[in-house]
Amino acid sequence: MKQNTKGSIKKKTISMLTTVGLIVIFAAYMFPFLMVVINSLKQKRDIIKSPFSWLFTIKGLSFDNFAKAFTQMDFLNAFKNSVFVTVSATLLVTLLAAMLAYYIVRHNNVISKLTFALMVASMIIPFQAIMIPLVSIYGGMLNLLNHRLTLIFMHTGFSMAMSVFMFHGFIKGSVPIALEEAAYIDGCTRSQTFFKIVFPLLKPIISTMVILNALAFWNDFLLPSLVLSDKKLLTLPLSTYSFYGTYSADYGTIMAGLLLCVIPIMILYIVLQKQIISGVVAGAVK
Amino acid sequence: MKRKNNGKDFCMFALPGMFCFFAVVMVPFLYGVYLTLTDWNGVARTKNFIGLTNFLGVIKDGQFWTSLLLTFKYVILVVLLVNILAFFLAYLLTRGIKGQNFFRAGFFTPNLIGGIVLGYIWQFVFSRVFVNLGEATGWNLFGVSWLSDPTKAFIALVVVSVWQLSGYMILIYVAGFMGLSEDVMEAAGIDGATGWRKMRSIVMPLMMSSVTICLFLTLSRAFMVYDVNLSLTAGAPYGTTAMAAMHVYEKAFTSRQFGVGQAEALILFLIVACVSGIQVYLTKKKEVEA
Repeated sequence: MKQNTKGSIKKKTISMLTTVGLIVIFAAYMFPFLMVVINSLKQKRDIIKSPFSWLFTIKGLSFDNFAKAFTQMDFLNAFKNSVFVTVSATLLVTLLAAMLAYYIVRHNNVISKLTFALMVASMIIPFQAIMIPLVSIYGGMLNLLNHRLTLIFMHTGFSMAMSVFMFHGFIKGSVPIALEEAAYIDGCTRSQTFFKIVFPLLKPIISTMVILNALAFWNDFLLPSLVLSDKKLLTLPLSTYSFYGTYSADYGTIMAGLLLCVIPIMILYIVLQKQIISGVVAGAVK
Repeated sequence: MKRKNNGKDFCMFALPGMFCFFAVVMVPFLYGVYLTLTDWNGVARTKNFIGLTNFLGVIKDGQFWTSLLLTFKYVILVVLLVNILAFFLAYLLTRGIKGQNFFRAGFFTPNLIGGIVLGYIWQFVFSRVFVNLGEATGWNLFGVSWLSDPTKAFIALVVVSVWQLSGYMILIYVAGFMGLSEDVMEAAGIDGATGWRKMRSIVMPLMMSSVTICLFLTLSRAFMVYDVNLSLTAGAPYGTTAMAAMHVYEKAFTSRQFGVGQAEALILFLIVACVSGIQVYLTKKKEVEA
């Protein structure tokens, strides 16, 4: 008995120590965000004097920085562009990849085998190995740069291989062909079978892919920076970049601007935390 | 289940997706291989076939090799630190501590934010907050901004990358730890395995599949680092912290040497492909089934 209580005390101490250790590490992780939040409300002279002083010790706090950043970044416009590009590209790649994967799984011919093999192999090609010819083809030859639709099309193309790969695995494993045969006998056409029977069954993998793709599109910088240069078309990461270049000495405004970029995704994260985390894990482990 | 009009099926289901993929990935990739054999400067209407001259240019481009060497150093440091830290934290976060879900979610937050924004946040931390801390405490380590010294700026880049990537790897390792079978752990305990011994002989081999994934992800991301590099240091001071991906970008779009830039990009691609191929082969060999 005595042994037992001793053991449980030891266990409790260990668990206490772990918790304390974790809190310390966690605080260190969150420190940069804390700095942004605190300093976004201060004026420049107070930031230079002391970036960490807590808010209540400083007079003259205001939301002026936010108002300034909001207009200087053309936040609303950039936000709209980001939403438009992210939503359209995510929808497009989800639909097209699911259909292509479905075709590949159900048609065991040369084209599907070859396409699938090429897609899997292509997943290792980094974007940097394609960006130069991409700009040369779409800019130099076709003159299609500076359109949001071009960016959407490219996002779709780049995430196609990975998405098809994931859908392929899921359809092969969890969509029984007997179901489709039944639908066929009941008189469904191929597209009816797909949209009414198969597509609804793909829900789990669809939510994973939507999360992974949408996050990647929302935060991407390099591809949009190559495609879009017109000020009216910039997405959030691009407008942050140009905003920072112009106002880098105006710390308060910069911090407010950075915070503005982070807020929308944080709200989404708080609402959809479980789905996002399980989606990201599922996407990596497959 | 044989049906007619296979052609219609193909056009409707397969063609749109295939078109996107081929138009954006395959065609540019192959065209890129061709570009390395020409002297195109990005503007001129004509390109001349110049054989392997661009690859000779790559060999002569000392800056490329410096940046590649730096990238190797960076990759080794980041991959090791990220995985050790994430493995350790994931272990702590599966001990049944109160609020462990909150911690997991919190550690993941940097992954939701784009590299550009993260880099700027840290630039502020390194150049203002730490310097101020140095002035206030007289601590020499933070006396001058880290970003103005080549070695320290490099370390800063490693710190930020580790901070950014570890949250993601924590989630994967947590999933791995949760997947460990209770029976095996109990059996190991009954056989007298505890502490380090249990970790080395039981837990590690069973965790190898997570290790394979995490190493692969960190390797490929670290090799291609660009966003954080651009916003945190932009290669400063004096181009000493420009990683290979940034060098490729500048070679092509700033110096307008598209052929050489593309040749360097292809070399980088081959290196990444070989390194991650070897890594997956080696760690997969160590994987065991419970």
